[in-house]
Amino acid sequence: MAEQHPVGFQWVVEAKERGAKVIHVDPRFTRTSAMADLHVPIRAGTDIAFLGGIVNYIFENDAWFRDYVRAFTNGPVILKSDFKDTEDAGGFFSGWDPGRSAYSVDTWSYNKSSGETAAGKAEQEADVSGEQAHGAHGFSLSKGRPPDIDDSMEDDRCVLQVLKRHYARYTPEMVEEICGCPKERFLEVARAMCERSGRERTSSVCYAVGWTQHTTGVQNIRAACIVQLLLGNVGRPGGGVLALRGHANIQGSTDIPTLYNILPGYIPMPHPQAHPSLDKFVELNGPRNGAWGELRAYMVSMLKAWWGDAATEDNDFCFQYLPRIDGDHSHYATMLKMLDGGVKGLFAVGQNPTVGSANAKLQRMALGKLDWLVVRDFSETETAAFWRDSPEIDSGEVRREEIGTEVFFLPAAAHTEKDGNFTNTQRLLQWHHKAVEPPGDCRSELHWIYHLGRRVREKLTGSADERDRPILDLTWDYPVQGPQDEPDAESVLQEIGGRRADGTFVTKYEELCDDGSTACGSWIHAGIYGEGVNQSARRKAHREQNWVANEWGWAWPKNIRMIYNRASADPEGRPWSERKRYVWWDAEEGKWTGLGDNPDFPPDKEPDYVPSRRARGMAAIRGDTPFVLHPDGLGWLYAPSGLVDGPLPAHYEPQESPFPNALYAQQQNPTRQIFHRPENPYNPTDGEAGAAVFPFVLTTYRLTEHHTAGGMSRTVPYLSELQPELFCEVSPQLAEERGLEHGGWATIVSARSAIEARVLVTDRVKPLRIQGRDMHLVGVPYHWGRRGLATGDSANELLPLALDNNVHISEYKVATCDIRPGRRPRGRDRLALVEDYRRRAGVKH
Amino acid sequence: MVQSICPYCAVGCGQKVYVKDERVVQIEGDPDSPISRGRLCPKGAASENLVNSPLRETKVKYRRPHGTDWEDLSLEEATEMIADRLIAARRDTWEEETDDGRPLKRTLGVAFLGGATLDSEENYLIKKFFTAAGAVSIENQARI
Ligand code: SF4
Repeated sequence: MAEQHPVGFQWVVEAKERGAKVIHVDPRFTRTSAMADLHVPIRAGTDIAFLGGIVNYIFENDAWFRDYVRAFTNGPVILKSDFKDTEDAGGFFSGWDPGRSAYSVDTWSYNKSSGETAAGKAEQEADVSGEQAHGAHGFSLSKGRPPDIDDSMEDDRCVLQVLKRHYARYTPEMVEEICGCPKERFLEVARAMCERSGRERTSSVCYAVGWTQHTTGVQNIRAACIVQLLLGNVGRPGGGVLALRGHANIQGSTDIPTLYNILPGYIPMPHPQAHPSLDKFVELNGPRNGAWGELRAYMVSMLKAWWGDAATEDNDFCFQYLPRIDGDHSHYATMLKMLDGGVKGLFAVGQNPTVGSANAKLQRMALGKLDWLVVRDFSETETAAFWRDSPEIDSGEVRREEIGTEVFFLPAAAHTEKDGNFTNTQRLLQWHHKAVEPPGDCRSELHWIYHLGRRVREKLTGSADERDRPILDLTWDYPVQGPQDEPDAESVLQEIGGRRADGTFVTKYEELCDDGSTACGSWIHAGIYGEGVNQSARRKAHREQNWVANEWGWAWPKNIRMIYNRASADPEGRPWSERKRYVWWDAEEGKWTGLGDNPDFPPDKEPDYVPSRRARGMAAIRGDTPFVLHPDGLGWLYAPSGLVDGPLPAHYEPQESPFPNALYAQQQNPTRQIFHRPENPYNPTDGEAGAAVFPFVLTTYRLTEHHTAGGMSRTVPYLSELQPELFCEVSPQLAEERGLEHGGWATIVSARSAIEARVLVTDRVKPLRIQGRDMHLVGVPYHWGRRGLATGDSANELLPLALDNNVHISEYKVATCDIRPGRRPRGRDRLALVEDYRRRAGVKH
Repeated sequence: MVQSICPYCAVGCGQKVYVKDERVVQIEGDPDSPISRGRLCPKGAASENLVNSPLRETKVKYRRPHGTDWEDLSLEEATEMIADRLIAARRDTWEEETDDGRPLKRTLGVAFLGGATLDSEENYLIKKFFTAAGAVSIENQARI
């Protein structure tokens, strides 16, 4: 955190000064470790073993927050009798279908829940992201609670007991054996977490998105959620599982996505089988209960925002205009399709996949199969230059003349040259104001897409082709201003935030209707232009308000700063303790009140409210269940739906690992996505012949002074001067073993490629003792490339595509490699070196 | 001076952008921000160096198929050519329905990959336009 979110880390340091204990669990010793009370190195890719160990410790020491777990989580819920855990099924959950290499998920749901159990089940089982499933569907709740419950949590089949058994073998000794962290060190962490949780205290878990970059990425986060729910650390001040995202608007790019599987506000993209009509779409994706119970209103309002008057009750509000997804159309799937010649054109906008995506050579080869490529960026990135400057051109594998791709480079405007919103990592939208006009041909993305759309619409005007109707009927009349006809970003924000039929602005998502009388581009942002004011541009200084600071910017939804904050009060609505009060029930006023945040709960719903059988939407949520996005209002220790790889996190080894899985016979996550093709060879993993050729663990990461693929930092003189050259971090022991010299050069090799880096011999990476062997780590920052001021090889040349099938994110954080002294060979000799390694390792594709 | 937000990481530190003669001359931390209280890290503090970087390109560049070098092209012409290519690629790779006759109404032949420092308003129009055009491989750094 000190490296990647330095200014955010000031709050951690401040908390430490006030008595908080700061623990840093990371394979490397970093600036964060230097400020922490305790640094705990673990082997990359063993997070679930570590967190599972904490779960086990919590149960062994009876340290869970009983009242919180009983009332607010699904711990008491009884599961189906045919559910089988990994403990009983050799490392698989019940429902494994080896033929499809996928799970059938029916046995994972709650007992007595009816029929079609999981929303988005088709997607879950049909290789479309699990995140489509917004919660269990077909829950027949009784008084707002799941049908079969044991409040004593002693029934063998209740979630709490299943959880306890699932992690029973994740002992401190097992943690030591898998993670390589001494048992005592682990116990110090587990003890500290437990001692600092409960009524009077809370602990938080902060992670950066490296945690998602594993074949078990989603389950890493789930494991942290389980720990935090057991300890009562969710929805309370000082608690939470806090994602520290890496880009100015990466949170916003998910909320209002450019992602293939969702529409704004996490509404799933429709699917051809499950979604023949709007009604069917809503039925399958919107659970009856909770905030998602009003999916139809959110969807219709979005369709009205997009297609305006053309969207009517009679035509399903143009629902049929939406294209359908029926598989994985994510980034890597698209690049592989491109490699096979199936994609004609790509727009790479502020994104540099030949440095930032795994298997850089595969990325370049795919770009070479395009008819045309449009790159928009500040400077000529490696992606823009792929046809004239690449390792393949060096080696003579391809010549410029052979590459048929037509390339357009369009220069982009900077943040100071346009108005708009960044959403920071806490869901807070902050408006940035334009200071100057962009130079030359530089334009904002808003300008680019608006005018491209305008031109396409002009060209299609008069078309009788049905498939052009969605483009022609689109609402696309944004006012333009200034010398370059820049579209007015506020007018776009107004559309996102929502209007009523009379043109006035909505103030919250509860006002959205399913009859076409409201138009709102993103339901979670409903109200961002409430009262006709750009709420995200509010700038009341922190000195003039309390620490909640809810008059600075605007957080979705409804300007709520801490999500699920109903959990900061006990079931009766009283603060769990005076120290930790945040939102509570004011019985006299008959409303939720607090320190200044908006309650993430219906403002006047009594704590003892019990819904009737017929209730739906938010009315079906009880007064004592805070997790309003889930149809049962509960925090999910156990995820009955939504995931493709199991309802509980289990430890699997990474795709490439020098060690066997000490817990299960199943070595790797059985649902991971791998691609066996010549362009994407894998290093043999433990147990396979040739694994010893790649004996070391490789991890990649970022530095304070650079930014992702370098497009915004390797062209900046100050930053390039601060971190001029690619380096790798190795321990003195590994340096000794391989003859690596501090300040000299090393070559790092995988089955994909070989790169060179300066050697940094340092105690910051220590060998770990694992299963009787020393494990050595090679750490490589991934920012470098061939363009800009600070140049060097790209770490992503080394990595394969190996994805978490829930979200199709690749395992950038761990692979295996070899390292040897000296610079890498040049030209063809580089290929020969890699080929020699492949031969020795018996690499198959 | 205008108030702005750091374009690098997701902490979202406040910035004050100072302008003189139509040019950004200085970017400082915004002491009013409850998030950053005036602080910036090395990246945020180098923002002026980013927007005024000597390596920043300000002209459209064009490489024709099998070409060996960049050529000049006007922004107007480039936009026109891109619009034509988009329309053609969409037409040539259109998938109307599945084998069993269910609607697809899409193209997988045109893809978009965005960085995560674009504004939300920009992403909104990008998703809106490409979805209406039937392009579904619309992706982002957020998945990478
Ligand atoms: S100044 Fe540094 S910590 Fe703050 S938003 Fe920018 S990059 Fe992040």
